[in-house]
Amino acid sequence: MDNSHIPQTLPRYSATFDPHTLSEIRRAAATGIYDIRGGGTKRSLPHFDDLLFLGASVSRYPLEGYREKCATDVWLGTRFAKKPIHLKTPVTIAGMSFGALSAQAKEALGRGATLAGTSTTTGDGGMTPEERGQSQTLIYQYLPSRYGMNPDDIRKADAIEVVIGQGAKPGGGGMLLGQKISDRVAAMRTLPKGIDQRSACRHPDWTGPDDLEIKIEELREITDWEKPIYVKVGATRPYYDVALAVKSGADVVVLDGMQGGTAATQEVFIEHVGIPILAAIRPAVQALQDLGMHRKVQLIVSGGIRNGADVAKALALGADAVAIGTAALIALGDNDPHHEPEYQALGTTAGAYDDWHEGKDPAGITTQDPILSARLDPVAAGRRLANYLAVLTLEAQTIARACGKSHLHNLEPEDLVALTIEAAAMARVPLAGTNWIPGQQF
Amino acid sequence: MPAFDLAVTTRRELNAALHALPANTNETHWHVANPEGAHALAAGVNAPVTIEIDGHAGYYCAGMNQLATVIVNGNVGVGVAENMMSGRVHVKGDASQAAGATAHGGLLVIDGNASARCGISMKGVDIVVKGSIGPMSAFMAQAGNLVVLGDAGEALGDSLYETRIFVRGAVKSLGADCIEKELRPEHEEILTKLLLDAGVEGVSPQEFRRYGSARGLYNFHVDNASAY
Repeated sequence: MDNSHIPQTLPRYSATFDPHTLSEIRRAAATGIYDIRGGGTKRSLPHFDDLLFLGASVSRYPLEGYREKCATDVWLGTRFAKKPIHLKTPVTIAGMSFGALSAQAKEALGRGATLAGTSTTTGDGGMTPEERGQSQTLIYQYLPSRYGMNPDDIRKADAIEVVIGQGAKPGGGGMLLGQKISDRVAAMRTLPKGIDQRSACRHPDWTGPDDLEIKIEELREITDWEKPIYVKVGATRPYYDVALAVKSGADVVVLDGMQGGTAATQEVFIEHVGIPILAAIRPAVQALQDLGMHRKVQLIVSGGIRNGADVAKALALGADAVAIGTAALIALGDNDPHHEPEYQALGTTAGAYDDWHEGKDPAGITTQDPILSARLDPVAAGRRLANYLAVLTLEAQTIARACGKSHLHNLEPEDLVALTIEAAAMARVPLAGTNWIPGQQF
Repeated sequence: MPAFDLAVTTRRELNAALHALPANTNETHWHVANPEGAHALAAGVNAPVTIEIDGHAGYYCAGMNQLATVIVNGNVGVGVAENMMSGRVHVKGDASQAAGATAHGGLLVIDGNASARCGISMKGVDIVVKGSIGPMSAFMAQAGNLVVLGDAGEALGDSLYETRIFVRGAVKSLGADCIEKELRPEHEEILTKLLLDAGVEGVSPQEFRRYGSARGLYNFHVDNASAY
């Protein structure tokens, strides 16, 4: 019988065992090692896109664009530090290490941040002269590994950020594989060249909030109580973590959601540990409010900030500032389609490249290869970052003016509604068109 | 000789005065009375002076020390000489956990015992403990020398990098990738110098056994997965 005229059912992939999952099973079976990559979560999550602003109308009036002032500045570290930080924009640059990034990329981040009037941050590898030299305001991270940590650099810093965790891998330590441990990186970290560096997940000389309080006290003593002390946590239990950071004496709390990137860690860690930033901000703000410390201890949030709307939404939910990492690298030139043939040669495509740990970045950003690094012009890349930061700030201002606010910090949860029940519950704002906030009593 | 009595003045005043010292100061010998276990005493000093603390100090005594000699006539809390860069810290009594943690340089001498995690993540400091050390000491230790005249607790040198460990007494157990190594003449030279610097007399370098990294975990290999 001729069945050639019978229509064929199209091949159908399993939603559970989708092609990516199948490829990962095959890769794991072939190698016996978990997948390591850079960046943040790639899965779809409740995010700022699920919120909308209620612009002004009859009940509220807007501010005139370009003519009426909408301030964007922010003070950080006003609780205890003799020298708090004043930034022109609430968009800061998150901590990223020299080692994970090239010296040129670190310099470009400093240049861009300085042009925009904001701060940049060191990472798990110490402070480079290029970075300090080009950064008007530089935050010095104090990490469990203490690679390159020294009091001279602490004195050069404008603030100290005690890193307890990050959103991409809360509870995990650093990872920098041998391909990126060049002579300079090895010397700064006091490690043999070419080894896989897996830094500790807990600080070596304190455990728990009572010890952290004493550690912060020591850092304040060493810096004569001049510099703000930040405490950075990955978003997991934000209410308690923020409350304990405040109790420990932090001037500023940095809260990083699971969309925040990492230089390298296990894929399973990135995708399955931690919570989205949207779910973390309100509990964190609630902790500050319950302690009477909202706006006294500043809150910086990060993880998936892409545009001025995200900035405005984070601030409306109660943050004082935001930090960007992945977006800053894109602005520098990471994953640019210009390098598409080289991305394809690496088995990927522009926009999806995340093997940052391998040090083969065609854009010269996540590498220590001198030839690749030299491709990144720190001056031009810094300009691109400054332009991008300006756009984020202008976009946030546009929204704030539309909501009738003369300062970005005047945005409030009442300016927001949610598109989904999940986002309404997480952000604690009403589902659009209703007065229903899931989980709250009427 | 400048003297601070912490019963009547504050730690902040003491540390501020020490931080204000110029490198060529004539005020080279400082005395601190009644420390009463205060934390961060003489932390962040960057001058070639001697600071003598009469009594027990709390956490992070002489933290991040540069150039100074700090003598504690008593016991110290967690993290004595943490992240020290240079200089000398001498504890006449016992030390709590994480003594010399992450320190890059200088000499830490502990006349008594040191608790858990002594020399954790040390990055070039020399540590001489005349008594015994607790468990998980020299965890992820990167560089420098840890000399122990007494015994060592469990999991000595776990995930060790390039720190040399010398123990005269018994070692309860070695951590992952830490092995006993041959004590060669160059190591005896190091020991002779460190024992002399620490004021130890009548002890021969040959009484020690040397421990170091097997370097088996330096680059991931699936066959070593059980050690991770």
